[in-house]
Amino acid sequence: MMRGGRRVLDGLDARIPAAGITVIAGPSGAGKTTLLRLCNRLDIPDAGVIRYRGQRLDDLDPLVLRRRAGMVFQRPVPFPGSVAANLAEALPGITTGAMTAALDRVALDPGLLGQEARTLSGGELQRMCLARTLVTGPETLLLDEPTSALDAQPKLIFEQTAKDLAAGGITIIWVTHDDAQADRVAHRVYQLRDGRLPEAVADPGGPG
Amino acid sequence: MSGPVSWAGLALSLLLVAAAAGISWWQRLGLERQIITAAARALAQLLLVGLALTLIVAPGRSIWWSWLWVALMLAYASDVARRRAPDVPHLLPLALASFTAAATVTLGVLFGLGVFPLNGRTLVPIAGMMVGNSMTATVLAGRRLTEELRDKRDEAEARLALGQSSRQAATPYVRAALRAALTPQIESTKATGLVFLPGAMTGLILAGTAPVQAVLVQAVVMFLVLAATATTTVVIALGLIRRLFTADHRLRHLPAPADR
Repeated sequence: MMRGGRRVLDGLDARIPAAGITVIAGPSGAGKTTLLRLCNRLDIPDAGVIRYRGQRLDDLDPLVLRRRAGMVFQRPVPFPGSVAANLAEALPGITTGAMTAALDRVALDPGLLGQEARTLSGGELQRMCLARTLVTGPETLLLDEPTSALDAQPKLIFEQTAKDLAAGGITIIWVTHDDAQADRVAHRVYQLRDGRLPEAVADPGGPG
Repeated sequence: MSGPVSWAGLALSLLLVAAAAGISWWQRLGLERQIITAAARALAQLLLVGLALTLIVAPGRSIWWSWLWVALMLAYASDVARRRAPDVPHLLPLALASFTAAATVTLGVLFGLGVFPLNGRTLVPIAGMMVGNSMTATVLAGRRLTEELRDKRDEAEARLALGQSSRQAATPYVRAALRAALTPQIESTKATGLVFLPGAMTGLILAGTAPVQAVLVQAVVMFLVLAATATTTVVIALGLIRRLFTADHRLRHLPAPADR
């Protein structure tokens, strides 16, 4: 996979189990984000094959895949309008009940529905983005350093939210360069270095 | 030439160009050369066009010569649009398609419904107004849409990541681009008659047409321009979406202007 004339991921060969929280750790520039973008099909590989639950990504409708494997970005991007408008952007015609339930899953007060999304705090905003992805009904979440812009407390709330979602049956692939965070949330950690995932599995036994 | 302006009159009007060049020299703008070349070029182009038009609209001449003229205008305008908006990918074929669509709509209404009789004298200038204004709108809409998607890439990709198609994901940016391209046209339509007398009307009145007659022609031309800009911009915007995104709903890399 080339990015800006630089080979970012090379000869990467890995199977990521479809259960629990898998953390992909590695230094900045190792290609972690690129790996997630490939899984969400925002990019396509120059060579090689990516399979999702046994099916080649090229064989899947990208619009369906992106709803099955939803992505949360490093920098939360609110759409213009209220929190409710943001959720409706992900699922047009969504009911108030479903919106309330989605906010509940990410530990946000349902009273925020009418609030302008851009006025939320950083932690609230990232969890709203998570809720926005959740309303599309994903079975897998791709989290790209979702807490790198958050302070300690909102970071822990986000981690707990994600752990609850994983306990509820959602597979999570979580990219981070924060080893302490990896220890807190991961069922397994993969180290990505120089565009490869060497000797992948390091199982800390799971976070309980 | 038997209009109200004689050749001597034209020569005297060059004093106005000299005045503009003089101001540039006095204020050390360094634009004297450009002003003089631009004026000379415009004059030469207008004389050539006048000569060609004389040939084309001469009584008994086939209307096909006028259609050929219109086709050449469309092609030339597409090329100008491409050069004026170099950041917009694949603009040439899109501009050509959008001008053709606008021509179909506007010429269809004006000549199909008999607002004007169809002949070289009406076809060429009307198509000229249509293409000229559409070209500006095309450049505005194309540039704006490309910039929006480049500057708001994160937002657009967040929409894609939610499973929206490229068409859906681009909707807010298409709206912004269409508004930006159409608003100046709407503003100038509103101000017409109050703030300035538009070119077509000024020309007709100077050439001796009764003002009311000139007003009717001008109104039709204005509505023509509105329809033409709306049609071209929507074709450009929707067509450009297909170029800026891939068929499998990925946003292509859009180089910043400095990258080139």
